[in-house]
Amino acid sequence: MHAPAAPLPSVERSPLSRLFDNRHFLGLLFMLPAAALLVLFLTYPLGLGVWLGFTDAKVGQPGEWIGLENYAFLVTDSVFRLSVWNTFLYTAIASVIKFALGLWLALLLNEHIPFKAFVRAIVLLPFIVPTVLSAIAFWWIYDAQFSIISWTLTRLGLINSYIDFLGEPNLARASVIAANIWRGVPFIAICLLAGLQTIPPSLYEAAAIDGATPWQKFWNVTLPMLTPIIAVVMTFSVLFTFTDFQLIWVLTRGGPINATHLMATLSFQRAIPGGSLGEGAAIATAMIPFLLSAILFSYFGLQRRRWQQGTKD
Amino acid sequence: MASVELRRVRKAFGRHEVVHGVDIAISDGEFVVLVGPSGCGKSTLLRMIAGLEEITAGEILIGAKVVNQVPPKARDIAMVFQNYALYPHMTVFENMAFSMKLAGRGKDETRARVDQAAKILGLGEYLERYPRQLSGGQRQRVAMGRAIVRDPQVFLFDEPLSNLDAKLRVQMRTEIKELHQRLKTTSVYVTHDQIEAMTMADKIVVMNGGNVEQTGTPLGLYDNPANLFVAGFIGSPAMNFLTGKLARNGAHRLVTLADGSQLPVPGLPLGDGHAVTLGVRPEHLVIGETGVPAEVVVVEPTGADTQVYCKVSGADVTVVSRERHTFHPGESIRVQPLAGKTYLFDADSGKRLA
Repeated sequence: MHAPAAPLPSVERSPLSRLFDNRHFLGLLFMLPAAALLVLFLTYPLGLGVWLGFTDAKVGQPGEWIGLENYAFLVTDSVFRLSVWNTFLYTAIASVIKFALGLWLALLLNEHIPFKAFVRAIVLLPFIVPTVLSAIAFWWIYDAQFSIISWTLTRLGLINSYIDFLGEPNLARASVIAANIWRGVPFIAICLLAGLQTIPPSLYEAAAIDGATPWQKFWNVTLPMLTPIIAVVMTFSVLFTFTDFQLIWVLTRGGPINATHLMATLSFQRAIPGGSLGEGAAIATAMIPFLLSAILFSYFGLQRRRWQQGTKD
Repeated sequence: MASVELRRVRKAFGRHEVVHGVDIAISDGEFVVLVGPSGCGKSTLLRMIAGLEEITAGEILIGAKVVNQVPPKARDIAMVFQNYALYPHMTVFENMAFSMKLAGRGKDETRARVDQAAKILGLGEYLERYPRQLSGGQRQRVAMGRAIVRDPQVFLFDEPLSNLDAKLRVQMRTEIKELHQRLKTTSVYVTHDQIEAMTMADKIVVMNGGNVEQTGTPLGLYDNPANLFVAGFIGSPAMNFLTGKLARNGAHRLVTLADGSQLPVPGLPLGDGHAVTLGVRPEHLVIGETGVPAEVVVVEPTGADTQVYCKVSGADVTVVSRERHTFHPGESIRVQPLAGKTYLFDADSGKRLA
């Protein structure tokens, strides 16, 4: 806001100095560095990627505009369609299980347990370890010859021959999903724990006096109070899972017979080792509508509830 | 409705004992206020009656039945929390109906009970609102409505007015008292505000440091405090205290203050030189020609009366006078206690002597 100008004797000021006193001009000026960074590192790569998707660019060859040809081809490509199906399966199963386990873990950690801080720190470990490192560990755990799971099961006399975890399509799918869950649960658990700790204890006391059983307290107090944070956390979880790349690439490279290829891994494989930059970019661009709808779903569907809003009537 | 009885109740958190064997008897329909400074154990005691805290030792009886091992929901009590503890995701109606819903009562019965409670509290038009959309006083009423709907044996109030502004607090105080006169449900009310205690209680329990200092009617405590703590805690402005030593002048007993001035006290079977504390209520001090010398510090006219803050023998003394005084700070005056309106306490133990 401009303060009413004091009736000072008028002083001649240069147009430049008046410009620098303009709030709107200054606002734009101060935003420039941040905007430049965003354009350089976000908008440009994204724009380039989308543009490449409309070209027949190959590695070492600039490529020409070919319109929707890449997409037209992908629709008929059974490997691409399999990878879309895989991505949805992977995201759906992993997210549901991660949510269930994460919520359960958060509820446990919210109780008074001995060595609370220590246990909470340990729970975060899978999230802290670099993905590639944990992926290599899982690779070893799932190895056809050296798997510790197979070893344990044979020792226990439950199986006769070693399981080829990453060699059989459905088993490989289950294995990569399990590894993703292991990695993703801590994030959800810690976020939900933070949410649980914001619920005032007096609500539980009031519920206890009102006659609620522990299950009724969970259903009527905990869950509704937690929905806003669940919405945010699960949106992030779905985005991370949908775009997962590292874990799959290290464990299976999309195999066996493309059974674990996600859209992200297929995009990379077609673009870089395969050399078809345009086609890879088109696959990656095809993920955008799905991701956008996930965000919109959470934005409109799981938005702030009416009870969270202010004193508006 | 039911009586509530506490027998030698103790509470320890780990090795730290906060309530040291408390006995309180509350009769059916009585409004009892537990009052004391923060940390005196009054809220802990209330939470033990509610069943939210375990009882370390002793017994709590509700309606002649020991409830030590009875869970909160089976004690047939209702509690109003300091922060109201309304469920933010439920409307006013749902908040008030929650206990009925959990108990599996029918929709019509629930609707009737909630409507009735809402009518008593004037909440009718707010039933579809969320707690966020209500003012502090309205939320307070919803919290009470939730308690009324349950039609419990005992109401428990945990500093319910401390989150309200001064004006609303006075108004809600009256409303709660009115409500009690109407419903006649046994009530236990915890507060640190002695004015709330004085104005609302049938019986006051003054607590300090995990012990009951004194139990009695509001005016009983005001007129006959058992010790220094109660004398200083009940009443506003607080009672004035002057320390000195017993002396005599012929047959008359006196107290000699630190500055050498003397005030008459009732006869006592105690030797001269015994250290005592003399207590006088502000309205029982008269400014005039006689009495002990005092130095005026501040004069506060409130319209109806004048509060004169002064120094007597180094101690802060408040005088409430119906007259309109215009003293200047530093002016020397004399104050005299009304005959028979002084209290004498043992300086060491704090016990009332006379």
